[in-house]
Amino acid sequence: MSPNADAPAEGAPTLTDESAGLLAALQAELGDAIVEHANAFGDVVVRVKPDAWRRTAQVCKEKLGCDYLSFVAGIDWMPAPLVADEGSGDTSAPVQPRDQTYGAAGSAGRYQAFAVVESTKQKATRAILKTDVGDDLRVESWVPVYAGADWHEREAWEMYGFVFDGHPSLRHIYLPAEFEGHPLRKDYPLLAREVKPWPGLVDVEPMPGGDADEEATPAASE
Amino acid sequence: MSHLLGFDIWGGWGTTLAIKAIIVLAIVPLTALILGYVFLLKMMSHMQSRLGPMDPGGFHGWYQLIGDGIKFLQKEDIMPAEADRRVFALAPAVVVLSTFLVFVVIPAGPRLVVQPLDVGVFYALAVSSLSVIGVLMAGWASSNKYALLGALRAAGQLIAYELPLVLAVVGVVVQAGTMNLQGIVHFQQTGDLFGWGGVGFPLILTQFVGFALFMVAAQAELTQPPFDMPVAESELVAGYMVEYTGFRFLFFFIGEFGTAFAFAALAATLFLGGWSTPWVHGTAADWLGPLVLFTKVMLVAFLMFWARFTYPRFREDQLQAIAWKWLIPIALINIMITGILKVAF
Amino acid sequence: MSKVLPEPGRLPEIEVDPSAFRHLADAQVNVELDTGDMVLNIGPQHPATHGTLRLVVRLDGERVIAADPIIGYMHRGYEKLTEFRTYPQITTLINRIDWLSSFANEVPFISCAEKLMNIEAPPRAQYIRTILTELSRIATFLLFLGEMGLQVGAITPAFYGFRDREYVLNLIEAVTGGRFHPNFNRIGGLKDDLPWGFISDCRSAMHKVLESCDEFEDLVAGNPIFQARTRSIGIIPPELGAAYGVSGSNLRASGVDWDLRRDGVPYLVYNELDWKVWTHPDGDSFARYWVRLQETRESARMVLQMLDMMPAGPIMAKVPRIIKVPEGEVFVNTENPLGEMGYYVISKGATGPFRVKIRSASFSNVSILPWLLRGVYIPDIITILAGLYFILGDIDR
Repeated sequence: MSPNADAPAEGAPTLTDESAGLLAALQAELGDAIVEHANAFGDVVVRVKPDAWRRTAQVCKEKLGCDYLSFVAGIDWMPAPLVADEGSGDTSAPVQPRDQTYGAAGSAGRYQAFAVVESTKQKATRAILKTDVGDDLRVESWVPVYAGADWHEREAWEMYGFVFDGHPSLRHIYLPAEFEGHPLRKDYPLLAREVKPWPGLVDVEPMPGGDADEEATPAASE
Repeated sequence: MSHLLGFDIWGGWGTTLAIKAIIVLAIVPLTALILGYVFLLKMMSHMQSRLGPMDPGGFHGWYQLIGDGIKFLQKEDIMPAEADRRVFALAPAVVVLSTFLVFVVIPAGPRLVVQPLDVGVFYALAVSSLSVIGVLMAGWASSNKYALLGALRAAGQLIAYELPLVLAVVGVVVQAGTMNLQGIVHFQQTGDLFGWGGVGFPLILTQFVGFALFMVAAQAELTQPPFDMPVAESELVAGYMVEYTGFRFLFFFIGEFGTAFAFAALAATLFLGGWSTPWVHGTAADWLGPLVLFTKVMLVAFLMFWARFTYPRFREDQLQAIAWKWLIPIALINIMITGILKVAF
Repeated sequence: MSKVLPEPGRLPEIEVDPSAFRHLADAQVNVELDTGDMVLNIGPQHPATHGTLRLVVRLDGERVIAADPIIGYMHRGYEKLTEFRTYPQITTLINRIDWLSSFANEVPFISCAEKLMNIEAPPRAQYIRTILTELSRIATFLLFLGEMGLQVGAITPAFYGFRDREYVLNLIEAVTGGRFHPNFNRIGGLKDDLPWGFISDCRSAMHKVLESCDEFEDLVAGNPIFQARTRSIGIIPPELGAAYGVSGSNLRASGVDWDLRRDGVPYLVYNELDWKVWTHPDGDSFARYWVRLQETRESARMVLQMLDMMPAGPIMAKVPRIIKVPEGEVFVNTENPLGEMGYYVISKGATGPFRVKIRSASFSNVSILPWLLRGVYIPDIITILAGLYFILGDIDR
């Protein structure tokens, strides 16, 4: 999506009134810190500069009435290198585009942290906030503003390696303490597929209805 | 006592002692079995809209507990590595011992009592509190924090509820004029209600407060819900018994249900007239007595187990508050009123 | 790949020693009675923790000084798995996040895909989806009403809860073929229509549910011991709850009048029904029980309304044979029985998503435990855990 694209694609909904109000308030409070904004099916997506990440949280909580934290997570925009190519017959995973493109409100690089905050006092009021994470993988922590960000940031650190400045104790949450690696990064393999390769279509009979493009040759197994 | 069955069997105190011992040792597990099957397996199941065991033994699963007993006996004897071996092994024995000792004084007929003691009631309540020692031993020797927590809770609870138990019975003793259990039964059998001797004078009529207190305190002494903090299943997973398997656990089980039967029998004896019915005396009472006592015990046990399956459990501090702030003052007032009325009438 | 060593400080009183939080089976618990503090390990195998949750609590006698929940024993890596699967395959997977109300897990994800593809399910499908979602809610809550009694010590309500739940599970099985994991949603509608006789069976089942709610109110909520165990236990202040992301009945029990079915982005057919949102001002465990009891009744009434209002028509919209979802990002969150569940789907035009962020309710609900469990007794821990009502699959994804 092009920068500042709140003009939606055909058929997709425009920004709702609440989202438009949120966007206006955020622009008023943060001004320059907003790099880009976009429309994700009625919700406003705002990308802020990394050094304004915590300030954004404060603005949302105190000025915009978004007292409820839905989640904080990460995105890795690198195209999955370990997925099959188009036409290779490998059905182990859906074929994804090979080029590194970014989603709503763009991105400066491979990693982004994003969060969704909502308001329990106004109807249908929520904002999707994004920020870029540089190569040093440092992000400001939201824990001083939203206490619940504690566990979400622990998960983001564990899965992506983001280091949250100001987090009380960044330690493993899902995985054992000795785990090495950051699983949700695109270059981290899906271990289940390493252990046992995807067998492909194992039924030899054609599907009922006999569609030619539903049949695939059984992949060479083991 | 050698005239037990109306004729002399071999004579001598050795044989009588042996017979008495065998009777007690046989009866306690049997009562535990019956109570466990009827109430724990069947009554609880039906109250929870399910059937309970149906297959073992063919007819409504009557063999279930016997089968369970055999299963327990053939299990591996596991002891935690850090456990205090001797204490760990002795603890269930202490608990079961106190159960056996209570059964010694419970009368089942005019001559059917293992040892008629003049301090019957006092003795029964005193030895029943020996189980606290066994519980503490079990909890400590298990070298398990859950067991220890359970044992400490149990100690506090069992000691706290001894008092209402004893004080509830004092009213009965005051009114009957004797601590001998046979004497109390006799008092109820030969008493009358305003001249009509049809049902005798069951002490529950005047000692209803005492009966209620006794039932509540007995529930707590047995660590049954609503007073089962020591064995809170959803927290401590069997509390002080958590490290016990096999036949040691069987001992605890027999102890628990045997004591339940003992307390129910005590309640039936003290408040409902025990083995007696007013119109049957003499040798016939020797045959009818056990049946009558059994029926009354089943009634009392029904109440106890019904409360067990219905109520959630109290927290430890709430439990203690009930004992110290409510049950003991009420018991004391009950004694006072009984005394006054006894002297006045 | 360097591990950031934890810094002590913000976490109350527990020295964060990495070796103390290993996920090894902690079979041997030493009886190490430090003077004053005892560290007790509740779980991961424990009847009160609803699955494999581990709580390390530091106790002073029977009072908790600090508690640290350790999760992840059931982490299945859903977010990684979704990057390797097509949308229909993911629908099968996400049934198993919150396995008690599986149908409700599928709805937001399917809504994401439908929004991205600009497809709308026909009205009849929307109605059936709403009915099945509410049936899942009733099934989940009946289990809760029973098992909260069980955790507090009353064995019997649990059986009643399971017994009454059978009526609802039979209905779900009649429609979808599966009691627990229906996998019934398809992009654009549903797999199949309602079976013959469903409407009358559903009506009688809802009447039974209403009766059993009365029974629970009598037997459990009205029980003075239950009230003594749950009132004023585990009070969550509303602002703190919202900051932690506590959602669903837990937040409504603290007085926050917020329900995504009414107050969020409109979804399914909730705005065509006549229903109300239940809140309770106290915020303690009893309030959570009470709110869920009322919500069960409300759901049963909603289902009865929908049975009368059901439109005729197709149950599947026109959808291409091979599902390729256009490029875009969308976030859909719904009011699931456990709380707010949301899916943030990033699509790059393939047959499977590029990234799916699953926002599960129980993860946030449990994150408040370190704050909530300070200073309570051990029995109260159990009450609080039972009242928050989490499912391990929902926490661990």
